[in-house]
Amino acid sequence: MPITIGTRDLIAILPIAVVSLFGLYLLLQSVFAPRMNRIIIPYLGIVGVVLALVSNFVLIGMDTTAFEGMVRVDRLTVVLNFVFLITAALSLLMTISYHEQERVEFLEFTPLVLFSTAGMMLMGSAESLMTLFLGLETMSIALYVMAGFRRTNRHSLEAALKYFLLGAFATGFLLYGMALTYGMVGSTNLTQIANYFAQNALDVKLVALIGLGLIIIGFGFKVALVPFHMWTPDVYQGSPMPVTAFMAVGAKAAGFAAILRVISLSAFSISFHWTEVMWVLAVLTMTVGNIIALVQDNIKRMLAYSSIAHAGYILVGIVASNDMTVPSVAFYLIVYLFMNLGAFAVATMVAGQNERRVKIQYYHGLGRTQPLLALAMAIFMFSLAGFPPTAGFIGKFYIFSAALQSGYVWLVIIGVINSLISVYYYLNVVVAMYMHQPVDDKKLPGVLPGVGVVILLAVLGIFYLGIFPGTMLSVLR
Amino acid sequence: MQGIPISHFLILSAILFSLGVIGVTIRRNAIVIFMSIELMLNAVNLTFLAFSNYLNNVEGQIFVFMVMVVAAAEVAVGLAIIVAIFRLRETVHVDDIKLMKW
Repeated sequence: MPITIGTRDLIAILPIAVVSLFGLYLLLQSVFAPRMNRIIIPYLGIVGVVLALVSNFVLIGMDTTAFEGMVRVDRLTVVLNFVFLITAALSLLMTISYHEQERVEFLEFTPLVLFSTAGMMLMGSAESLMTLFLGLETMSIALYVMAGFRRTNRHSLEAALKYFLLGAFATGFLLYGMALTYGMVGSTNLTQIANYFAQNALDVKLVALIGLGLIIIGFGFKVALVPFHMWTPDVYQGSPMPVTAFMAVGAKAAGFAAILRVISLSAFSISFHWTEVMWVLAVLTMTVGNIIALVQDNIKRMLAYSSIAHAGYILVGIVASNDMTVPSVAFYLIVYLFMNLGAFAVATMVAGQNERRVKIQYYHGLGRTQPLLALAMAIFMFSLAGFPPTAGFIGKFYIFSAALQSGYVWLVIIGVINSLISVYYYLNVVVAMYMHQPVDDKKLPGVLPGVGVVILLAVLGIFYLGIFPGTMLSVLR
Repeated sequence: MQGIPISHFLILSAILFSLGVIGVTIRRNAIVIFMSIELMLNAVNLTFLAFSNYLNNVEGQIFVFMVMVVAAAEVAVGLAIIVAIFRLRETVHVDDIKLMKW
């Protein structure tokens, strides 16, 4: 059988191709270009991401598979591509400021961000277990390197080692699950897997269920579901701040993209087998994340546990498994992107050189010394806690109403109680900024332009999605 | 593979996979842990090949190539991280690498 690759196939992966080619080009540029030109590499990376964003518009309205059923392009693909590309662009902006602040140059950093983004987009457009696996590993291997980028820093290297060993371990489970599923279904195509589960809904073979379960474990690790979350706080704390932000948003969104692709497609038909499992995982993830976050005094660890809790909220939307699942989860991912990247951008600014000032106590008095920065941080905290009129409120509202529509009343009650618990540690930061005296009189340097742009865009995004959610939601439906 | 039923292959690969998991959980040397992970991946490869042969479907064999490529990339990155840790800390014992604790 001859394999032909037509224009249609290439268009389907246009954003992925643009980002990958730019990554390769910048890799060469960082080795061969004269010293002067190296400073512009992150800027060129942003240009590449913006080009990919533009090319993503070509995909709007397509609903097809390409490459002999390996890649799927539909509305979800396009939305996820936007999420990943915006995350990459904002992380690169943060990186530029980080370079200035730390007086270092991470030359290979920009290509790694681009490769990782390409992997994420591949996961979002996967139509086969093979594509899914390749995307996951392209993303992860680049992230392992990025986590350990400050290779003379003990914390950074420790984060890289932990992330790498546990990530590879989880990959083993994921692959074994894929192998068992393949063996039972006879195909790696996701639609055929879904059909298999639909046809045998009442009499699914145990091995196929084990396969699906192992796949859930593999992705559960990537999105940091409890009990597969142990790596998250350490890795988030040790990695350089822009990497943490990129990881917290991009890798998590990609993991949920994969879960949406595999689980919800196949599991609609065997929902009675798996929703109980996911129900328990969602409750555990929300509760453990929020409760441990209460006692954290390090902003990065606090945000890490908060990101675990948010994974729990998103899982509530997936448990709902009705026609509101995809729009509500996608909307939450977009909201999560803005509020988390914003919070990490402020944290980068406050942390200063070598990330010495990451304890909450360094936020004391920020409302007086840096009023605008503090205001932005307060907005991000209110949004993460889910106060109206921020986007965090609308996002949670849609997730919970999706769950209510499927009749998961208790799950929603537990989710709301968890949101209330989370208010404590988010407001803790706000209280520190506005109601305490500064611990030292060390002046923060002015806000660097790259980080400033990120904060501004994040604030705008939060208010836009919070006040006019209708536009985005009608696009997602 | 005439005469050898598929269950033999699956049981062998399940045993190899379990050995890998046990290795990751009880060994404390980063390199040995990494070797155990590789053992898990090879058990997966064996599963894919057994199913591929049994189903007379080539996808499983292609998947094995993908796994091998990714495993090679993981070795490159993983050993580099372990070497960097050793240079800084003079140890690859995971119990000694615990600056951050939850």
